[in-house]
Amino acid sequence: MTVTTSGELPELLHDVIVVGAGVVGTAIARELARHRLRIALVDAGDDVGNGTSKANTAILHTGFDAVPGTLESRLVREGRRRLAAYAEQSGIPLEPVGALLVAWDPEQLATLPALAAKAVRNGYHATRLLDAAELARREPHLGPGALGALEVPDEWIICPWTTTLAYATQAVRAGVDLHLNCRVQSVTGGRHHELATSRGLLRTRYLVNAAGLHADELDRLLGRQDFTVTPRRGQLIVYDKLARPLVGHILLPVPTALGKGVLVAPTVYGNVILGPTAEDLDDKRATGSSAEGLETLRAMGARILPALIDEEVTAVYAGLRAATGQDDYRIRAHPRLRYVTVGGIRSTGLTASMAIAGYVTGLLGDAGLHLGPARDLEPVHMPNIGEARPRPYQRADLIAADPAYGSIVCHCERVTHGEIRDALTSTVPPGSLDGLRRRTRARGGRCQGFYCGPSVRALFEDGRR
Amino acid sequence: MSRTARAVDVLVVGAGPAGLAAAAHLAAAGAGRVEVLEREQEPGGIPRHSHHQGFGPRHRPTTGPRYAGRLADAALAAGAALRTGVTATGWAGPRTLDVTGPHGLERLSASAVVLATGARERPRSARLVPGTRPAGVLTTGELQQAVHVHGQPVGSRAVVVFTAGADAVARAAVDTLRTAGAHVVALVTEGTRGPLRSPRHRFPLLTGSTVVELTGHGRLTGVRVRGDDGRCALLDCDTVVFTGDWMPEHELARRGGIALDPGTRGPAVDTAFRTAVPGVFAVGNLLHGVEPAVSAAAEGRGVTGPVLAHLAGTDPWPDGGAPLRVDPPLLWAAPNRVRPGGPPPLGERFVLRTAERLTAPVLVVHQDGRVLDRQRLPRTALPGRPVHLRARWTAEADPDGGPVHISVMSDSRRSGVGGPPILAV
Ligand SMILES: Cc1cc2nc3c(=O)[nH]c(=O)nc-3n(C[C@H](O)[C@H](O)[C@H](O)COP(=O)(O)OP(=O)(O)OC[C@H]3O[C@@H](n4cnc5c(N)ncnc54)[C@H](O)[C@@H]3O)c2cc1C
Ligand SMILES: Cc1cc2nc3c(=O)[nH]c(=O)nc-3n(C[C@H](O)[C@H](O)[C@H](O)COP(=O)(O)OP(=O)(O)OC[C@H]3O[C@@H](n4cnc5c(N)ncnc54)[C@H](O)[C@@H]3O)c2cc1C
Repeated sequence: MTVTTSGELPELLHDVIVVGAGVVGTAIARELARHRLRIALVDAGDDVGNGTSKANTAILHTGFDAVPGTLESRLVREGRRRLAAYAEQSGIPLEPVGALLVAWDPEQLATLPALAAKAVRNGYHATRLLDAAELARREPHLGPGALGALEVPDEWIICPWTTTLAYATQAVRAGVDLHLNCRVQSVTGGRHHELATSRGLLRTRYLVNAAGLHADELDRLLGRQDFTVTPRRGQLIVYDKLARPLVGHILLPVPTALGKGVLVAPTVYGNVILGPTAEDLDDKRATGSSAEGLETLRAMGARILPALIDEEVTAVYAGLRAATGQDDYRIRAHPRLRYVTVGGIRSTGLTASMAIAGYVTGLLGDAGLHLGPARDLEPVHMPNIGEARPRPYQRADLIAADPAYGSIVCHCERVTHGEIRDALTSTVPPGSLDGLRRRTRARGGRCQGFYCGPSVRALFEDGRR
Repeated sequence: MSRTARAVDVLVVGAGPAGLAAAAHLAAAGAGRVEVLEREQEPGGIPRHSHHQGFGPRHRPTTGPRYAGRLADAALAAGAALRTGVTATGWAGPRTLDVTGPHGLERLSASAVVLATGARERPRSARLVPGTRPAGVLTTGELQQAVHVHGQPVGSRAVVVFTAGADAVARAAVDTLRTAGAHVVALVTEGTRGPLRSPRHRFPLLTGSTVVELTGHGRLTGVRVRGDDGRCALLDCDTVVFTGDWMPEHELARRGGIALDPGTRGPAVDTAFRTAVPGVFAVGNLLHGVEPAVSAAAEGRGVTGPVLAHLAGTDPWPDGGAPLRVDPPLLWAAPNRVRPGGPPPLGERFVLRTAERLTAPVLVVHQDGRVLDRQRLPRTALPGRPVHLRARWTAEADPDGGPVHISVMSDSRRSGVGGPPILAV
């Protein structure tokens, strides 16, 4: 069981190295770990899921609106099924809230039947049309003018952080080496791949590129020029938990050419999110928010759910989708190079992650990697940071066994000393306060550290000594 | 899930100046078993980590921790039970709270509940400041605890952003930053004036300036500000402190279904600190933005009589009363429910805030088109500073009428000063 963040790298020859420990890379590492292989997962960041995977809309999609017949359509459908079951088993926060695709004008209303038909072509049959009266009954706080909706009951909300962490934890426990702060800088071919990283050399027979926004650059190191990643920024506003009663479903807009559009949705942590925007940029580090972006979101939010705009904002963030100018994933095996590229996983990668992992494992097998029989992995049980099930501060049994679970440190999010301690000693411990926040929610609430910041920091620094 | 259930006479939530003062006076006045819940490990509220001399009576200033310590001692000496590390997490009934602490889960019922949960500063996110999300972005509350409670380093070059009227807190932030060895690069405010500068308090001051972006990946590298003239500058710093911009800590109140005042965002209360829920009172900064600690403590003391009357059952919980509303540029008034027969508010005056500077303003109190009072203020009213309205008019209000409004009328003899006349009176 190894996770390294600094120092020497092992000299052994790996069977597979996966570059990129986002939700896709960790899912692949986990799937490969079911086979008897020497595997390493490397990431440039100081934590798993520190790229696009930490900053999305956190919806478990049905794929009802995918382009029918694409690989994405298929993998989203299959991934949804697999991840829903996995979440149930592993304690990943998940809430079956369902979505309503709301029509705000007659034109949009007229497109709903076509969207229902498209859903059927994507293998999804459970949509239903709601008239204005039923819509108003289901979502009483909706702004004036909503004419009707298409109900998509199987669009759910999920915790993206726990998902990535569960994959990584299970992979590491099954023997995968995880090397963080380890940027792949160049790759030399030959009998096997030699990866020059920011921490030294790694060698492997097979290579998987799950580098997200940087998948095109890694491809180029191996002489491939199949696509270019254009970062498409999505800014989001997170509203206070006190706003949660305002909305029951994921409120989707009728999709446009630019993407899925701005939605309002509950989060599994009991907040409400508004977003994302869609802006094509050329800087892969441009994860900041902008005044225009926030203004646009607030204007749209005021239309969808007027009362939301009076609520306090807890957080603002932005994620970058890996757009490639094509309406599908860019997953491709290069058997002669013993190499698989997992590119263009734009706006559905969280949902599809387990199916992508299965698909990539198959491609590696086809490319000559001897997989051998698969085993079942030891199940993981992740700490619950969602509001649908009791949190530790609500559990008399836990507190009786260990008073640290009754000692609340972060008051807004009610995170206890016990949870922070557990995160710091977990299989994949956080490398930063932000990593600790994603594991426990500490400092993630409305006060953003006014009350608890220094105490949480002290626990973090003590725990790392 | 087992919870132990218990009953007390008075349950006070929050051991800041307001809650401690309430507990001390209630216990001393024979209110029975008075219990104070505090979620922090130490009592005292904000003063606990405000190490500057600025607390207590003006003629005998002391530091926050000393001031808080005295209040806690007084509450204990009077016989109140003070329980720290214990959080009120929600309601199981109108005067029954669910509580979490290391000893387990409890359900505490009381004849009277006094909410004294304080206020916090709005963080950068709630102020919608765009940019990246680097480390080094703080509020004064976080800064003071980091430096004074934990001895943590806070960076070397700091910018302090403050809202109009939050001068005292901005100065406290400057002191704390310097204690921690940081260089204060600038103070930035959208307002027109800054805190008074003393020889001890020298700092570059940017007035009329808005923070438009934070930059840096990992650690803060700069704060971009835009001046009144539209020109931008990037201040090179690794720390920024957002001060002022107060927000009542009203979660517990809201979860209990207690109506809030739209201006203060704290529970709407009448002049006896009564919320709309029978048996539930609210005091201190929970009722408004930040006032000096002595004001919060005075409100805690002031709730004693009303709580005792409620416990004695002599004073039935009054329903309604007329809400008190303010018109722009006024922001809020507290208390904010009036009943003609009710007691006068603390100090026989209402506290107000204005968004704009008002020179020699006349405040007009009116209800359903009827003028109840007109008061010329002795001084210029400034944003962020308390403005006081004498309460002599409350007997004139109609309890069954519409909201009582407070409007500003500019001084008619000096046209163009202040806002336009709002009322033809
Ligand atoms: C605004 C937004 C909303 C979204 N909403 C949803 C949603 O609701 N549902 C859903 O299913 N999906 C959603 N997505 C999509 C989902 O987030 C992505 O598809 C998914 O996170 C992609 O994961 P990844 O592992 O491919 O990329 P990443 O998470 O970016 O991981 C790539 C990793 O590779 C590492 N890396 C890159 N180059 C190197 C190198 N040279 N050496 C070492 N490491 C390297 C990076 O550090 C990074 O950690 C959304 C995305 C965005 C931006
Ligand atoms: C940086 C700064 C500097 C200041 N400087 C001065 C100064 O120099 N002089 C001065 O007079 N005033 C000063 N003040 C203002 C003064 O601190 C406040 O007016 C005073 O603390 C308000 O008292 P309070 O009891 O209403 O609230 P607080 O002091 O905020 O106390 C509220 C308490 O309630 C607790 N609580 C909240 N919710 C719960 C719950 N659910 N369960 C259990 N406990 C809970 C909190 O932990 C907290 O301890 C300053 C304030 C700040 C922020």
